[in-house]
Amino acid sequence: MSAPQSHLETLPRSLNVLLALCFLALLLFPFVGTDFYVQMVSRMMILAIFAMSLDLLQGVTGLVSLGHAAYFGVAGYALAFLTPAGEPISLYTSLPLAVAASALLALMIGFLVVRTHGIYFIMVTMAFAQMVFYLFFDNKALGGSDGIYINFKPDAKLFNLENKHVFYYFTIACLLAVYIFLRRLLWSPFGRALAGIRVNEHRMRALGFDTFAHKLCAFTLAGALAGLAGYLWGAQTGYINPELMGFHMSAHAIMMVILGGMGHFAGAIIGAFSFEYVLHVFKDLPEVAGFNLGKHWQLWMGLFIVALVVFAPRGILGLLAKIFKSNGDAP
Amino acid sequence: MDIVNFLIQLLNSMQYGLLLFMLAAGLTLIFGIMGVVNLAHGSFYMLGAYLAWSLASLTGSFALVILVGTILSVLFGLLLEWLLFRHFYQRDHLDQVLLTFGLIYVFEEMRSILWGDDVHGVAIPDLLSASIPLTDTLSYPVYRLFMSAVCLVLALGLYLLISKTKLGMKIRAGAFNHEMTQALGVNIKLIHAVVFALGVGLATVAGMVAAPVSSVYPNMGSQVLIMCFVVVVIGGIGSVKGALVAALLVGLVDTFGKVLLPQVAGMLVYVLMAAVLLFKPEGLFKH
Repeated sequence: MSAPQSHLETLPRSLNVLLALCFLALLLFPFVGTDFYVQMVSRMMILAIFAMSLDLLQGVTGLVSLGHAAYFGVAGYALAFLTPAGEPISLYTSLPLAVAASALLALMIGFLVVRTHGIYFIMVTMAFAQMVFYLFFDNKALGGSDGIYINFKPDAKLFNLENKHVFYYFTIACLLAVYIFLRRLLWSPFGRALAGIRVNEHRMRALGFDTFAHKLCAFTLAGALAGLAGYLWGAQTGYINPELMGFHMSAHAIMMVILGGMGHFAGAIIGAFSFEYVLHVFKDLPEVAGFNLGKHWQLWMGLFIVALVVFAPRGILGLLAKIFKSNGDAP
Repeated sequence: MDIVNFLIQLLNSMQYGLLLFMLAAGLTLIFGIMGVVNLAHGSFYMLGAYLAWSLASLTGSFALVILVGTILSVLFGLLLEWLLFRHFYQRDHLDQVLLTFGLIYVFEEMRSILWGDDVHGVAIPDLLSASIPLTDTLSYPVYRLFMSAVCLVLALGLYLLISKTKLGMKIRAGAFNHEMTQALGVNIKLIHAVVFALGVGLATVAGMVAAPVSSVYPNMGSQVLIMCFVVVVIGGIGSVKGALVAALLVGLVDTFGKVLLPQVAGMLVYVLMAAVLLFKPEGLFKH
């Protein structure tokens, strides 16, 4: 039924060069962009980290988690609870604690969910994320449906995160670190074992791999990295609410990974940027003949998603790889 | 809790459980037979409720509402199957998740364009608007009993259809071995279309019947969808019997949780699911 799709672990060299140029453009962007766009791109980069963390499960290990937003949101809440009312909290204590909170939650839920397969995994991850959602949504002590404001950005001593450009470069450093870490991990024995699990879990078990432990590790790691993204989100927006852990957030992350192309973490980054951009465009659509197109952005988004699965299941990166390869470039 | 209160809560939990069953049965059948995970299943429930609302103001007769609504929803199900779902039976689960998530957006926005974003109430038909007095102060509405009865009749009908009729035999055969059934000359495409329309029909009827009690509001499908997922996971994917047992169990836990442990009521159902998963990772009734 669900044969593993071909994945993009390696790309043509010319495409790699293009991606490097895009990264360079990202580095230089604050020199030309206005504050509004610098913040928007910061947000895209945070979502890119989130999407990459999901790609470790979805693209590498073949586990489709429909509840990944829970780990994203929990770290944001951790930052909100850790920040005192009248002063900022140190980056160096709050960041590890927030990431640890996400990792712990992922470990606990992962212990239950990674023993399930296929469709079960999708449904169960979604149900548990919903449980976490309701925990925060229903309890006034945890912020309730209104969420919590985070009045101070974390204090980093060496640099000032209140400055939008500094925050931009801090986010880009996180993005690059996560990307390099995950790319190294992909080619490590652990990463190869995860890819093996995606292709044929029974065979991996027959070869003597403890697939349960491998999957649980991957799930926890993905949760921790989603936590890093959630922490940055909380720090950037200064506001956290249960919607960040909701079903739509989880589904959006899946779409980012698909849109960009699964299995190569650059795809998740491209996907997050394109997805946010498309969303931005749809919400800004003008009014035509008394019918406000932008107000009904969900309709365009829905049709866009349906068209995406029907016509381009390998995503943008898959498309690019095909174009670059057909130009006679060695892979 | 005294005995009358207990009885009322028991009836409420039955009614909620049976309603969930109507939705979960379609979901579990569509998965068990076609291998499709349908996130948009909750939208059919919403569609039913909105159909009930607009048809009630058009026709004025509740029986007519159910009849016309069911016909419309089955036609809609057949169209949707023919246009989209048919092409996704053999695709990866991931593609199905995306497709049906996209459809949630499309259906929600179509609802917003066609019916607006307001909350509406649907009147309980006069014939069923009475209450049965239990004590001097407490009574139980007839309509809720009627809801349970409708669900029970449909559940029984579904059981008879699947286990006693020739069509049911073909459906079971198709779920067991899809190629072999086709090789034996069964039009499997038609069977799939019928099962899909059946699932849509059940969910829409559930929405229509629930409309007078739950009222009609945007996004009403999302929450019920997630509960259905829990039901399907507990019951075992593909098993209609499992869906029934799990739905009643979820109804009990949710209703009594709200009364006895209101602080953690929202989470109890998920705790139940976690407990089941720990001991039976494939659900209570593995298909």
